[in-house]
Amino acid sequence: MSAPTPKTTPEVGGMGHSIKRKEDPRFLRGRGNYVDDIQLPGMLHMDIARSPYAHAKIKKIDTEKAMKVPGVLAVITGATLEQYKLHWMPTLMSDTQMVLPTDRVMYQAQEVAAVIATDRYAAADGAAAVEVEYEPLPVVVDPFKALEPGAPVLRTDKPGKKDNRIWHWEAGDRAATEKAFREADVVVKEQIYIPRIHVASIETCGCVADFDRVTGKLTVFMTTQAPHAIRTVFALVAGHVGLSEEKIRIVSPDIGGGFGGKVPVYPGYVIAVAASVVIGKPVKWVEDRMENLQADSFARDYHMTAELAAKKDGTMTAVRIKTLADHGYADAAANPSKFPAGLFSICTGSYDLKNAFCEVDGVYTNKPPGGVAYRCSFRVTEAVHAIERITDRLAQELKMDPAALRMKNFIPKEKFPYHSALGWEYDSGDYPAALKKAMDLIGYDALRKEQVEKRAKGELMGIGISSFTEIVGAGPSKHFDILGIKMFDSCELRVHPTGKAIARFGTKSQGQGHETTYAQIIAEELGIPAAHVQVEEGDTDTAPYGLGTYASRSTPTAGAAGAIAARKVRDKAKKIAAHLLEVSEDDLVWEPGKFSVKGAPQKAKTIQEIALAAYTNHPQGMEAGLEAVDYYDPPNLTFPFGSYICVVDIDRGTGEVKIRRFVAVDDCGNIINPMIVDGQIHGGLTMGMAPALLEEISYDEQGNNQAGSFMDYLVPTAMETPSWETAKTTTPSPHHPFGAKGVGESATVGAPPAIVNAVVDALAHLGVKHLDIPITPEKVWRILKEKGVAE
Amino acid sequence: MAMHRIRVKVNGAAHESEVESRLLLVHYLREMLRLTGTHIGCDTTHCGACTVLLDGRPVKSCTVLAVQADGRDVMTVEGLEKDGKLDPIQEGFFQEHGLQCGYCTPGMMMTSHALLQRNPNPSEGEIRQAISGNLCRCTGYVNIVKSVQHAAAAARSRS
Ligand code: FES
Ligand code: FES
Repeated sequence: MSAPTPKTTPEVGGMGHSIKRKEDPRFLRGRGNYVDDIQLPGMLHMDIARSPYAHAKIKKIDTEKAMKVPGVLAVITGATLEQYKLHWMPTLMSDTQMVLPTDRVMYQAQEVAAVIATDRYAAADGAAAVEVEYEPLPVVVDPFKALEPGAPVLRTDKPGKKDNRIWHWEAGDRAATEKAFREADVVVKEQIYIPRIHVASIETCGCVADFDRVTGKLTVFMTTQAPHAIRTVFALVAGHVGLSEEKIRIVSPDIGGGFGGKVPVYPGYVIAVAASVVIGKPVKWVEDRMENLQADSFARDYHMTAELAAKKDGTMTAVRIKTLADHGYADAAANPSKFPAGLFSICTGSYDLKNAFCEVDGVYTNKPPGGVAYRCSFRVTEAVHAIERITDRLAQELKMDPAALRMKNFIPKEKFPYHSALGWEYDSGDYPAALKKAMDLIGYDALRKEQVEKRAKGELMGIGISSFTEIVGAGPSKHFDILGIKMFDSCELRVHPTGKAIARFGTKSQGQGHETTYAQIIAEELGIPAAHVQVEEGDTDTAPYGLGTYASRSTPTAGAAGAIAARKVRDKAKKIAAHLLEVSEDDLVWEPGKFSVKGAPQKAKTIQEIALAAYTNHPQGMEAGLEAVDYYDPPNLTFPFGSYICVVDIDRGTGEVKIRRFVAVDDCGNIINPMIVDGQIHGGLTMGMAPALLEEISYDEQGNNQAGSFMDYLVPTAMETPSWETAKTTTPSPHHPFGAKGVGESATVGAPPAIVNAVVDALAHLGVKHLDIPITPEKVWRILKEKGVAE
Repeated sequence: MAMHRIRVKVNGAAHESEVESRLLLVHYLREMLRLTGTHIGCDTTHCGACTVLLDGRPVKSCTVLAVQADGRDVMTVEGLEKDGKLDPIQEGFFQEHGLQCGYCTPGMMMTSHALLQRNPNPSEGEIRQAISGNLCRCTGYVNIVKSVQHAAAAARSRS
């Protein structure tokens, strides 16, 4: 239950040590190297002209004025790319999307033409001077209307497509679930909308594409979370124009936050590559914030109808969720290919539900392609929101305490590994322990008493709980692939003669601190101090192939590969130690950093001595050197969990929701670096609060984006963000090499329902049963006004 | 486009440059002087990634023209470290894990550095208020507040 004591000394800095981050010295001095910091000799700049319409025919694109702007060298349109058959590209979900349009635009801010110029300002002038004649077409914004008969069919490019449905997906036993609902004592039902939001990493997206005409080599420095996958996609998409995978190098330099928004391939990248190939010079494209918020992939946009069936005593018997997923004009999500609705079927949550059924319909609308993550593993946030919200609805209906209702229905600890009704094998968990800890830390019973007193005085205070189960670490190759590439991840580890090491991974940190935590994994396994383990990622010419960092998969997959690679090195080190000590391998015992002879601990060889011998005195018949590679294919996903409790006070004058306290108890299994884990949770909680209270991208009937800049898209500042309180329970993953589970997204997934449940709880006595997010002061104030309690 | 000759002191070093009227200070620093520690995160003066000190006061350099810096003193993140020693604010961010991706960090540190110059002992509320024009998407601000407190304590014990 409690965290294990570290096996290594602080100097070695293995698992469990809060060592300071190895990446910080450069960032603290302004010496990071982000994409926009890269300047190559002769580099040109690209800017993009975008559509003001959400749906329109393009009648004419006139580039003459743009070409006359001083410094402008070229204007690229769909017609230019069509010559190379590069005007369309596949999405990661086997759909298609335009790179540049030849005849139609499908969403506001869609790329229409790209201008290449000698500097940034000239490129922007050129983009402003591109003249386009449009003929507006009817706009489909509402996904429900999109499915009505007679709705304009949007994807006329697809032969035979007669409606706007992309796919239908379902999981579970429909008949058994219906039966359980018929037999239930109580049924609660809620319409829940989770609006479109945007990850809005503080660094936007961009690239520098550099094609060398002499060598035929293309190097692309780009803001990508998955450089290897991008290389393969480029080779597949542009193979016909001569790009060959061995001549493509993708470099993901320092990344200023990703959160899922830097997984997709955006048209801007492809156009910059095409421009560099055609012109033969490096081309830089960096989008501005408005382009980022208006055209890059979105998250969420799930319209859910959630129902829960239960017995009178509160025993939950079945859950059923029907969802409409608005994907915009293309399914450009980044889910594993067999999972069009991601891992939404985790929607039975932390509860021992025998019956469950869920279905999702993907729909096209005139909005930018959506459905990527927002710091969450493939639709897990939506699933958790549904089950945690509807659980509170049930508590309200039965007049039960929401904590007691959860305790009653948790999957008991003894039932792990647990087979969920929707087909997952939860690896491990102890849900009551986490909730109990959160209740103790926040003083749950006292808060309930306080609430009663406050209510009597007319003050509005609420307490909300969320006891979530995550599903991360994709994933086992039998189920998980992206475009056919299995979702393993990798590590290549080399120990140098002086006992220092370099480890390269197939993932890519965007702030998670891999240079530190991966070094700690190697330190734990080999006893080489983390300070002497150099970690590198993100350069496809040097790093082993991997699927990248998203969906909290780095520690569960690449981290595991690091441990296994280190164990392979240790196996070889053991042979060398036996040779040096002239004993049999069976006579050796390992403790972090050295092998010693059983019963004669003074006879020992350190890993550093062994490393030297691997290059200077290795046994005859053995290969020299000390290195290993591992491609780790996880046997299962991991299931981090936690219980969060939020206390809110509501201002009756303004409707403002103030988070008074928020206690987050997380269980992510064994922890590599507690300091970094806490940092991840703080950030995740903030990105959970953001959509709960502030962020939304909505559209008017013409398809105009209503939150296309930081003026209207409200990323939380330090003022709205509370001082998060964190704690842990520790239930190691039984199948992961060092018992870790992944943590980067738990808090984003778990926080929103805790906040919503708290606000609803504060207003429950007024008859409020549900609120959609974001819960803005205006929304709350209108309710207070309507109920006659506004001040 | 009209060109102007400007003289700017940046991190103590004098620079004389020919710039377009419309050139933003942030682009002047990043692209002409190649001081890329100052970042850009928005186009509406909201994120603060571009914060530098102009005559000691924090400004968003995406909203200042390079010509407006003529004859003035600019300090960027590259100017914090003195004689190989980190400024207390840098040390604070390092010790308290006040950064993750590092993108907001230079702006955050410049704003906080200026806060500590005028208020060596700020309360948590004052720190939050001071950095409310700097967005961080990674840290949730808790450790940034601690970093500034750490720097304040270190500066107090130094003097
Ligand atoms: S770049 Fe965002 S405020 Fe200057
Ligand atoms: S550390 Fe990433 S934005 Fe602040």
